[in-house]
This record gives sequence, C-alpha cells and structure tokens, in this order.
Amino acid sequence: MTADVAALAYLGASILFIMALRGLSSPAMARRGNVYAIAGMVIAVATTLAEPGVLGYDMILVALVAGGGIGTVAARRIQMAAMPQLVAAFHSLVGLAAVLVAIAAFYAPDAFGIGAPGAIKVASRIEMAIGAAIGAITFSGSIVAFAKLQELVTGAPLVFPGQHWLNLLLGLALVALGVEFAATQDGSAYLVMIALAFVLGVLLIVPIGGADMPVVVSMLNSYSGWAAAGIGFTLENTALIVTGALVGSSGAILSYIMCRAMNRSFVSVILGGFGVETGTTVKAGERPAKAGSAEDAAFILKAAKTVIVIPGYGMAVAQAQHAVREMAKALAGSGARVRYAVHPVAGRMPGHMNVLLAEANVPYEEVAELEDINNDFAQTDVAFVIGANDITNPAAKTDPKSPIYGMPILDVERARTVLFVKRSLAPGYAGIDNDLFYRPNTMMLFGDAKKVVEGILQAL
Amino acid sequence: METMAVDPFVFRLSIFVLAVFVGYYVVWSVTPALHTPLMAVTNAISSVIIVGALIAAGPAAWSLAKALGLIAVFLAAINIFGGFLVTQRMLDMFRRK
Repeated sequence: MTADVAALAYLGASILFIMALRGLSSPAMARRGNVYAIAGMVIAVATTLAEPGVLGYDMILVALVAGGGIGTVAARRIQMAAMPQLVAAFHSLVGLAAVLVAIAAFYAPDAFGIGAPGAIKVASRIEMAIGAAIGAITFSGSIVAFAKLQELVTGAPLVFPGQHWLNLLLGLALVALGVEFAATQDGSAYLVMIALAFVLGVLLIVPIGGADMPVVVSMLNSYSGWAAAGIGFTLENTALIVTGALVGSSGAILSYIMCRAMNRSFVSVILGGFGVETGTTVKAGERPAKAGSAEDAAFILKAAKTVIVIPGYGMAVAQAQHAVREMAKALAGSGARVRYAVHPVAGRMPGHMNVLLAEANVPYEEVAELEDINNDFAQTDVAFVIGANDITNPAAKTDPKSPIYGMPILDVERARTVLFVKRSLAPGYAGIDNDLFYRPNTMMLFGDAKKVVEGILQAL
Repeated sequence: METMAVDPFVFRLSIFVLAVFVGYYVVWSVTPALHTPLMAVTNAISSVIIVGALIAAGPAAWSLAKALGLIAVFLAAINIFGGFLVTQRMLDMFRRK
C-alpha cells in the first residue's frame, strides 16, 4: 500500500465519522450512524496495520483483545444512571493514550517519520508538546470527574485561596517548558511539562462540582478531541486531525448548551465554586409545605386529563424510571395524556434523562425538550416533578438575588397541581431553597422516588 | 526557478479548521435527546488515536516506545469497543410507540 492509498483510506474513515455524527440528528437514523462510525474505525485500524513499519502483530493482538474484552464487559454491565461516570472514565483513557503516543513519538521519532532521535522537526516538537499537555490534562481531569460522579470523593466544589493564581502559574510553567522543549529537544523539559499538566488537570476540575457536572463532562469531551487532533498533527494523519476537530467542537458546543441552560458563562463555570456560598437561602421548615400521601397523589392523578412528568437526577439515583413508566401507562390507560419534559441540565450529562427514559421504554415522541413543552404547563392538570429541583425553581424568574436568576426553567408552577417527589425539603445542587414547595397548588410527596411512585401505582 | 510551495503543515491546518466547521454544523443538528449517545460515540471515534499507538507498537524489536505504544493500544481498544457498544446499547433503547 502506498502512502497515497493510505491517505485516501484515512479520508474515507473521516467521512464515515462525519456521517456517524450526522446520523444522530434523529433516533431513527442514529443506529446506522453508529455502524458508519464502526466501519470508519475498522478502516483506520486496518490501514495502519498494513503500514510497512507495523510488524509486531502478536503483541498488538494481545493488547487489542485484552482492551476490547474489558471495554465490552464495561459497556454491557454499565447502568444507564452511571453513564456519566463511564464516559468520564473513557475520556481519561483517550487522554492517557494521547500522552503515551506523544512520549513514544519522542523516543522513536523515526517510526513516525518526524525525524531521528535528537533531531525531531521543530513543527513536530510543538505539536507533540501541545498534544501531550492537553492529553495529560484530559486524563487527570477526567479521573477527578469520574471520582466525583462515582462519589468516591465529595461532589462539592473544592476551593482554596490562591487557587486561580496557582493554576495560572502552572499554565505559564507549562507553556515555558513546552517552548523550552520545542527549542532544545530537552527530554526532561518535555517530561516535566507532562507531569505538570497532570497536576493542572486535577486542579482545574476540583473547584467545579454539583450542578456544573454536565459542563465538566462536556468540557473534558472537548479536551479529549483537541488532544487527539494535536497528536494527529504530530503523526501527520488526517483521520486523527479531522476526528479530533469533530470531537473537540462537539464537546465545546455541548459545554455551551449546558452553560446557556444554566445562564452561566463558561468562564464562571471554569473558575468554579458554584453552590458553595448559600446566598439568600431560607432555612427549610420556616414556612409550611403541604405534604401528601401516595393515596392523595393517586386521587389527584386519577382526575387529571393531562400530566407532564419532570424527571431529574434523583429519579436516576432511585432507579425510579421504570416505576414512572408503569405509572404513566396506568394513567394513559384511563385516558390521560402523559408527557415528559426534559431540561437540558437535568441529570449529570447532556441528554442523561432521555437515555434513562428510553431505558424504561418510554417512546421518544412522548419526551419533549424545554422550549417545546414549556408553554403547555398552563393547560396541564398535573406537573409531576421527580428528582428534579433547581430546574423548576421560580426564583430563577423572580429573584434577581438568586444564584440561578436568569436560568431558563420549566414553568411547572403554572400547572393546576404540582406533585413534587422529594426526599426532604433540602435544597438542590445550587444550595438554594425552592419557593415552589410552599405554594398552595403544590403537594410534596416525601420519600424515596421509587417507593413513592410504586405507592401511587398501587393506589391507582 | 524556485516555485512557491505550501508547507505541509499549512495543508493540515486547513483540513483541521475545515473539520472544526464541519463539526460545528453537524453537531448543532444533533437532537438534544441524543446528546448522551453523541458523547459516547465521539468518545469512541476519538480513540482513532489508536493509529498512533499502533505505529509506536509496530516495530518487531522491543523498545520503550513499543511498550508505551502497546499500553496505548490497550487503552484505546477499551475505548473503541466500550464506546461503540454502549452507544449501540443506548440507541437500541430509543424506540417509537
């Protein structure tokens, strides 16, 4: 195979990847899109294996089978509620692979056609320094995100004085070492730079937590793409450059969508600390909230003609999505119209709620996005909020002092009755009280989301 | 006579910038309902970094670079298989009535 044929094969792989993303514009086309992506990957791997320098097939096969086996088991076993953790873990692997490839390129530049040891092309040195640094930040940042999502460490933001100055200093040191390496090919500068990038990755993610987790996951998605693109420049491989650019812009767009859905700027999310200071918090219990039983809720639901379910992360934690689906079925059976309203930041990653509802066999036509369904609450008999909180808080519209002021929310308070399933009156991620709890048309259903819904189902 | 030649880096940079634009328009057309599968599949395709790992792992003789390459092949393989499978699993759940 000539280099030209290989380059054309990589172009084919790139086109298949673009078509895979295009397929995600509708659930009906998406499965075929995934097949395109797999085909693109097979072409890229086969093309590389056919390159004259690739000879040690035995060990490569071992690594492929071992990795493939672990990946297969992980993908099969993972619960949909735990998808954010899995994705964060996968991002970390891309980051680490990028670092390892960048280090390998330094020790064996001849294999990559970028020069000889000690005489690597300047452009390649710059590219590999950038690729390695972003890869290292992606790796350690994703590990922290994984630990937070898996609740191995507290999900709350960790802030300390001088944090941003320290990060800035580290960032400048990274650039200085990168420039040093590009100028002198000093291997120790290169390795120290990578080590500092690992540290910076941790420090960048620790101050971000709670409600901002969807942005973190999207952001790391973006980083993993830019790291891949950086390595693609080093390897002079178009498939890698194109894929890196696609993934990088995809993650950036998702981060933007998440920030917009919280009315927060990207910079303020990165600086972190959101949800630490409690601001205008009203102590829970100072005002009376009306609590009801499962039987009361069933009574109200039975009389309802239109119901909108508003799921949040609490539903995922309690694994209540199947019970919710059963309840919706029972209500639909007695003539009610049941739909689901998904806020962009409900859950811990973009689209998390849609996947959970799909897992519970909710047809996707019944699931609507915020802007499509928000006007319908006024004509709705029951808004059934389960495991969500901040995304329904009217303070976002009325209280300029609230930390979530300006955030687009689901207008559940316009429904005739709001049923609010919640463990307690404790505030949500953002650490603020929800006025909705104390409204006359709200009935609180205290308890574990799954048990409450099962209780309602029985009473129906 | 010397002709004007474009540095290959500039060619690659052009491809990169165009791909960012393609990504921008394609991703905006993705339905928000599929944002989680989007992340899973972008994660899987970014494992195309395995091509670099394979080249590093390629030589018949052992070296540090080969060892690093093999580890990277292993990591990327987890991602490729895991990423595509989990995407498939999720997409299979999105059904009509």
